[in-house]
Formats: sequence, structure tokens, C-alpha cells
Amino acid sequence: MSGDHHNTDDSGPAARVKALEAILTEKGLIDPAAIDAIVDLYETRVGPRNGARVVAKAWTDPAYRKRLLADATKAVAEIGFAGPEGGHLVAVENTDRVHNLVVCTLCSCYPWPVLGLPPVWYKSFAYRSRAVSDPRGVLADFGLELPREVEVRVWDSSAEIRYLVIPQRPKGTERMSEDTLAEIVTRDSMVGVAKVEAPRR
Amino acid sequence: MNGVHDMGGMDGFGPVVSEKNEPVFHAEWERRMYGLVLPVVRATKSAFDEFRHAIERIPPAQYLASSYYERWLAAAESLLIERGVVTREELLAKEDASIDPALIANAVPARGPAAVKDKSLKKPPPARFVKGDRVRGRNLNTSGHTRLPRYVRGKSGVVARDWGVFDFADTKAHRAGAKPQHCYSVAFDARELWGKSANRRERVYIDLWEDYLEPIATKSKSKSQKRKRATRSKRVKP
Repeated sequence: MSGDHHNTDDSGPAARVKALEAILTEKGLIDPAAIDAIVDLYETRVGPRNGARVVAKAWTDPAYRKRLLADATKAVAEIGFAGPEGGHLVAVENTDRVHNLVVCTLCSCYPWPVLGLPPVWYKSFAYRSRAVSDPRGVLADFGLELPREVEVRVWDSSAEIRYLVIPQRPKGTERMSEDTLAEIVTRDSMVGVAKVEAPRR
Repeated sequence: MNGVHDMGGMDGFGPVVSEKNEPVFHAEWERRMYGLVLPVVRATKSAFDEFRHAIERIPPAQYLASSYYERWLAAAESLLIERGVVTREELLAKEDASIDPALIANAVPARGPAAVKDKSLKKPPPARFVKGDRVRGRNLNTSGHTRLPRYVRGKSGVVARDWGVFDFADTKAHRAGAKPQHCYSVAFDARELWGKSANRRERVYIDLWEDYLEPIATKSKSKSQKRKRATRSKRVKP
């Protein structure tokens, strides 16, 4: 699909980015080491594991779940996550009756502090165009079929609010610890395109 | 602007394809590009809304043919050149001869709203709407930046929540002032947005600034109810 391809060779965008970085460095406008640091941060430290910890805590601590639903920015900061694209976080909870799905039709807004940088599919034209008009069709692309009576709520992140879906805790995980639960929560479930599955015994 | 970036509800892009074990970046240049954006925004003294708008100003055919970080690259080049931080000549001198100079900063010029002169607009007005109010997306067609997608213009919804006061993206992206105002989560039924064939159990919640919304008078609601009743009685006696 156009728009999702990747140019990995040294011509084209690679050469342009190299030129850009060289000029900005010459002008003293950037510090290449600072760029290394920010890239490393999002490549190794800020990612969906953060959100998984938030969800696992909400599953096991009813008071925390309440605080998360009331003010996600604050509740997420409680466990140490904050930063760009996370100034106004809102958590929406999946239940037997309501399934939430997050999109940004105009660009690709995403809750960086809890999910890291968005995957290619989230930024794809296919997702941005159809999530609002055919959410059940999009879920089918991910192999998820919801019962007919479930209401689908699509959240289009068109302003400064960034959304985190609290997926349903799967049956059969009642005895699992918060840490173990955090390991089974997936990125896709926190965007709303998947359910969390209990690990097979 | 009514650009190709405003994709909600478009057809033809095919299925959503997810990549297994996807890396955060797919190439070294994507990594560098990501790291460059914040310094570029800072060097051009831009609001992030200006960067977003620079992406929207990429000519439509190029936008559709570009990957995500290629669009970031094009937007960064445009802002740097437009703000006079870097010249086109400087960039081309550094680049490989194989690069097509026509690709560099060929953005559609920014044509945004004039500066907000009224000082009273610097202070947020009290909220015009409360939860439960019926509202309509206004039919605005600005040539500048906006976060009011086409698919909700002229459509009726219900205020689900008042998120509080936020600076207005439409003016901020053009350095025309912050124009702080309330921003609301507005719920639209899928059938209102996409027609009668849409699923009754689907709803889109979208965050809209107050300037994007107009009230739907409760009077017209009772009128429409009357009309409904009238049609129903007509149907009863053929």
C-alpha cells in the first residue's frame, strides 16, 4: 500500500535526512548526541510495556482503576510515565457491552508515554480512513469479531487528548499477579484492535 | 484546508495490514528523522501545530506516495526554508546529486487566519455547551490548518464531555494567537455520519473545539419529533 512502504536504501530520503542533519549540526542547531538519546529513549524504554503496566494495575487494584478512569494523566504519572503526547491522557474501558477503538484520522496522534511510537498500521491510510466509517471491518482485518450487541466506540484523537484502551481482563487469569498480567497485555489491545488472550496452559 | 490528509471515511486504501514483530524504526534514516523533529520545531520557533500543517501542505500526490517519516522530512525541510533557518541552496549543496530539487520544500503555501486582534479572545470564554447538548459540526472550509474533519461538518452529535480549555490549533498553527477555548468530546452516531445502512451500535467520539460547533435548538428537536409523528400517522393510513 502506498504510504506504508519503507525506503531503506541510501538514496532518496536517507540522503536528504543526512544533509539536513549535517547542516543543522554545522549551524549549531542540533547536538547529534541529543538525537541519539531521544531515539534510544523511544526505541528501548518508552513503549507498550508502559501501558501494559498501567492496565495490569487497573485490573488488580480497583482504587487505581477508578483513579485511572477519572484522570489518566495523573494515574499514569503515579507509576512514573509522562512526556510528549501524554499531557492529556484519557483511559476508556472495554466491557461486555462496549468496545473502544482509537484512531487519528487527520495525522497519527498516539499516546507516546504509554504506548511508545505508533506502528505502521496505525499510521496507514487504510486504518486512518476506515476506522471511523467501518470499525467492525477494521477489527475483522485483525481477526477480531465482536458480538452484534456490543457497541463500538471509535475515538478520533483530533485535538490534544490521547486515548488508552483498558482491555477486558481475560477469564482464567484470576490468580495471576500484576507483573504476570502486564506480560500478556498487548499493544494492539490498548489501541482496541485486539482482545487480551489468557496464556495457554 | 480540505487536504488529502483528512482521510476519515475515504474508501479504497485496502485492508489494514499489521506487521509481526515490527521494529520501532525501519531504517537508520527514519531513526535520525524522528530525532530531528523536535530540534527543527525549536529552531523554527514553531508550535507543533505548524509542523502538522506543514505535513498537510505537502502536495496531495506526494503526500499519498510518501511514507510517514518521508512526510516528516518534507515538512521539516519546508519549515526550515520558509522560516529562513536554512536555504534551499544550502540543502542542495549537501545532498546527493540524484535528489530531485523539485521535491525540496514544494509545500502549498500556508494561508491561515489573520491574527486574533481582539484582546478579549486571549481569555477563554465560559463554556457554551454542557454534556448532553445537541450540537452540529459547522460547515467551515478554511484554507489553513484545522482539526475539524470533513466527515463531521454539518452532522449532528451530542456533547459527551467538556475537556476544559485548550489553545486553538487553527490560529496557533498560523501564529495568529492562542485563542483559548473549550474543547469537547462530541458523540456522533454512525448512521448520522454514514447513512442509514451504517451499524446502529457504532458511534464516533471526536474532540472538537467550541469554534467548530453550533447549537441545535431544542425547539427544532420537538419539531422533528412532530414531523416523525406526522409521517408515522401518514404511513398508518395509506
